[in-house]
Amino acid sequence: MWHMLSNAAWVIGAALILWMLWDWWKTDTTHSEDMLTSSREGEIEAVSEKHKI
Amino acid sequence: MSGEKSHLALLRILGPIHVWALGVGIVLVGEFTGWNFSADKGGALAALIACWVIGLLYTAVAMIDSEVTSTVAAAGGQYAQAKHIVGPLMAFNVALYLVFAYTMLEVSNAILVGDLMVATAGPDAGIERHGFVVLMIAVLCFLNYRGVLVTLNINFVITALAFLSIIILFFSVQPWSQGTVLQLGKMVTPENALPYGWLGVLASFQFGIWYYLGIEGTTQAAEEVRSPARSLPFGTMTGMITLLIGATITWYVCASMLPWEYLGFTFFPLYDAAKMTGSASLEFLLFWGTVLAGVASANGCINDASRAWFSLGRDRYLPAWFSAVHPTYRTPYRSILFLLPIALAFAFISDLNQAITFSILSGVLQYTFMSINVMMFRKKWPLGSIRRGYVHPFHPLPALILLVLCIITYGAVFLGYGSQLIAMVAFYLVVSLWFHFYRYRYVQRGAQFSMPWPRPSGY
Repeated sequence: MWHMLSNAAWVIGAALILWMLWDWWKTDTTHSEDMLTSSREGEIEAVSEKHKI
Repeated sequence: MSGEKSHLALLRILGPIHVWALGVGIVLVGEFTGWNFSADKGGALAALIACWVIGLLYTAVAMIDSEVTSTVAAAGGQYAQAKHIVGPLMAFNVALYLVFAYTMLEVSNAILVGDLMVATAGPDAGIERHGFVVLMIAVLCFLNYRGVLVTLNINFVITALAFLSIIILFFSVQPWSQGTVLQLGKMVTPENALPYGWLGVLASFQFGIWYYLGIEGTTQAAEEVRSPARSLPFGTMTGMITLLIGATITWYVCASMLPWEYLGFTFFPLYDAAKMTGSASLEFLLFWGTVLAGVASANGCINDASRAWFSLGRDRYLPAWFSAVHPTYRTPYRSILFLLPIALAFAFISDLNQAITFSILSGVLQYTFMSINVMMFRKKWPLGSIRRGYVHPFHPLPALILLVLCIITYGAVFLGYGSQLIAMVAFYLVVSLWFHFYRYRYVQRGAQFSMPWPRPSGY
């Protein structure tokens, strides 16, 4: 059983890392670099923004 | 790109409870493992002295941090403080202290949880920890990638469960009735209380740091809390109170149930204490308490290290590429992903002691900076000159206590890991030269100072 759990851990971990790499590539190719790096220190955002996961 | 937002920032969505979850979440694993090596250095009583003396150090850290960060509310925490109060070179170093301290702590947690799984499986299973390490780091990076709110909501739940497991163990062993389950009088006697004398007490301070290491990480959430001036001091101070209670309870239970020689050797003191009770329920509870504490700590560390790295990119101290914010999840996704393989590499090649030592060294360097930083802060911007969310009492006493305790702790670290201490200081010296002579030319010198403060006193 422990061997199966260990193998499953490798597979799930690798799948999550691949998903993040894919999303990273998709994000970088969809949006402009200026927009992605537009954050500036000291700004106060509107507190009414909705955070969707 | 028509129709898309032209401007992105981290999301202001967190409250005091998330600040508490971030700070206590990072630290609580230190009660489940790490602190007990101080018993190996100086005996059980030395571990208690370290618990309270280092507790004093961290109370000073929490008070100082609460005042400064309630005024400098920006991602990067102490990095942003150093930038505004001391200067760019100090800020660059502080950011590296932060990234190293949290990344190495994340690595330590992953190794701890992986080793616990291997130990539970037993030697006959023939498995290695690497699969569990990869799973843990990948899942937590995924959470951090997808959003800070869900990350710290989960951290709150698992941190609270881990803390609850300590409280349940405490009341299960009938602390009001010494001799029934607890045997403190037999375990800690005048003969074995300080087996190596006061030098052992000094040496124990190195691992006494584990009781509280990382509480200052609350400041990294400064840019993502709705009300920094209120939430950060409240979350940090309640977190410190939680940890002082947890640390004292932990010592009392473990020192009353485990001989000091074993206490200084084991990697899982609370889990072992639960086993000693003979209760399968307590053993189950503390096993999962240890796992959850390790996971919560690594989770908070990923959050904090990525914010420090992101801030360096945003000010061009590192390439601006690192300052990207995800347009959907509003997280510093490139910084999170950049630090992921570094954490995995260290988790594969280093052992727990090495990772812990590098984390502690970077932490103590940072605390030394904080003591000097707050004295400069009060001198340059005296009370009444700018608005503060919290004013820490008895200044400059906490700063002086912090500075003295840091110097003592350097001595303690030097006794155990002198070569690592020298190597790490040499590393920071080399990168400082690189920053001063090469990298600083790319920094936008005016734009990096974002706080609308008056000119410093005397300038």
